[in-house]
Amino acid sequence: MPNFNDILVLLPEFYLVAAACLLLLLDAFMKPEQRGLLHWLSIAVLLVAVYLVVAGQPDGTATAFNGMFVRDRVAEILKVFALLCTVLVFVYARPYLADRKLFVGEFYTLAIFAVIGIMLLVSAGNLVTVYLGLELLTLSSYALVALNRDSPLSSEAAIKYFVLGALASGMLLYGMSMVYGATGTLSLAQLHGAAAHSAMPNLLLFGLIFMIIGIGFKLGVAPFHMWIPDVYQGAPTAVTVFIGSAPKLAAFGMAYRLLESGLGDLAQHWQLMLAVLAVLSLAIGNLVAIVQSNLKRLLAYSTISHMGYLLLGLVNAGPEGYAAAMFYAISYALMSTAAFGVILALARAGFECEEIDDFKGLNQRSPWMAFLMLLAMFSLAGVPPLFGFFAKLLVLQAAIDANMLWLAIVGAVFAIIGLYYYLRVVKVMYFDKPQDGVRLEVQQDVSLRWMLSLNALLLLVLGLCWGPLLGWCRAAFGLVSA
Amino acid sequence: MITLSHFIVLGAVLFCIAVAGLFINRKNVIVLLMAIELMLLAVNMNFVAFSRFLGDVSGQVFVFFILTVAAAESAIGLAILVLLFRNRSTINIAEIDSMKG
Repeated sequence: MPNFNDILVLLPEFYLVAAACLLLLLDAFMKPEQRGLLHWLSIAVLLVAVYLVVAGQPDGTATAFNGMFVRDRVAEILKVFALLCTVLVFVYARPYLADRKLFVGEFYTLAIFAVIGIMLLVSAGNLVTVYLGLELLTLSSYALVALNRDSPLSSEAAIKYFVLGALASGMLLYGMSMVYGATGTLSLAQLHGAAAHSAMPNLLLFGLIFMIIGIGFKLGVAPFHMWIPDVYQGAPTAVTVFIGSAPKLAAFGMAYRLLESGLGDLAQHWQLMLAVLAVLSLAIGNLVAIVQSNLKRLLAYSTISHMGYLLLGLVNAGPEGYAAAMFYAISYALMSTAAFGVILALARAGFECEEIDDFKGLNQRSPWMAFLMLLAMFSLAGVPPLFGFFAKLLVLQAAIDANMLWLAIVGAVFAIIGLYYYLRVVKVMYFDKPQDGVRLEVQQDVSLRWMLSLNALLLLVLGLCWGPLLGWCRAAFGLVSA
Repeated sequence: MITLSHFIVLGAVLFCIAVAGLFINRKNVIVLLMAIELMLLAVNMNFVAFSRFLGDVSGQVFVFFILTVAAAESAIGLAILVLLFRNRSTINIAEIDSMKG
């Protein structure tokens, strides 16, 4: 029977559900000019949730509701960063939404519900919890992508996202049903023991393949990446920045829960599948990004290649590899919020600032914004001493440790190819003349400017002293005592 | 005598029809929604069959969750569809191609 302790373990989630419902009610009774209050309340709600995750709970690993929900260090770290990324998203999104008459309560409530989905997903101890968390996240995301009701591009992106996302859920569920049939249990902890001596190993492998396809869709790795570019380009930039950050942490959490906590016994089988997916995403992501002229689309293809790097860490299938992959997921989330944040800071009513040509001569108009974008681009490209460099180094190291030197070499080669398109953005900002008729102005919103500067400078600071964060990641997987 | 493998094959056939419906269909988005529903029902069929033959009830509990989520999913899907039709006056898949590359 569930008892009070179970509720205590889920306290941050229960709190967020209650808070999101209250915000929804509040929004219904609020005058439109009071929306600013809702904005700050939402941020406060998320910060309190961060506090509850970090401090308000009993120490150590705990499970609740008969193992349906697991709270451990991995889940805590992912939750904290997912919540913090969402805070950044809220701050960046406000001027953009206000300029386009999209500054509505739905954005905040939907995003908070998506975060609750992320928190359930990374804490899942059962296939049912994985599915419910995932659906809460994706259903909220579909609605967010369609937030701009009058934009044909937005609704096209939403329908594509919806159809491919539903296909992915279907694949994942079909895999789960096969795994259930082969092992007779839905609990990830029991799967871990049962998978090694299943009566029907072929059925189990069949299920594993479908589950990997589902995970691949959600991560957005090639060849299951078709939705990423269209959704990134078509969604309002304020939504793209959300979809590009926190859900990536969730996708890592889901892959870790399903593949390691659940099917860790089959590592020898899924290692090679993930390696193939990694090579494909590195190739497709980096090569197709070169020919893009739309910056949001370019960043979408760069996401695909980054998820390929994340897989290099998972391929290791050991605690070192998971720590590297989690470090990579966190670094990617911070880098992409910074890059999209600059786009949001430069966009105005009637001007999206999403073509690469729009950035021509940014250095002359706003040297500071150009510098922040430079940091984000160099970090995404993996130039030392920025954050992205160490993240890449760690996942390449993990691939070498897994006796896959060839995979690490492929990763390094594509990192160099990838450098080209990131540098093109930097070149356009610093060495090209500003376009006639394009006024580049930075949003006046003070909180946006400060948080964006903090976010981008963090990429430099964490690149110089990455020890503590890596220490947390390693401790979460039991490598060093915390 | 109907055995477990009959149910699994039926589930697989339904699943394949659904996936084929998603990929072959070039006409209408509503057909896509139907294919998605069929896919989830194929999964439900698997879960119920396994649950019955394993003598374990948790598979049937999962089916309830899938049915509930599927209802929410089609509600959102239809809402997006209405939006799409209002903005573009078409739900023909071949015409929904303004983003490429």
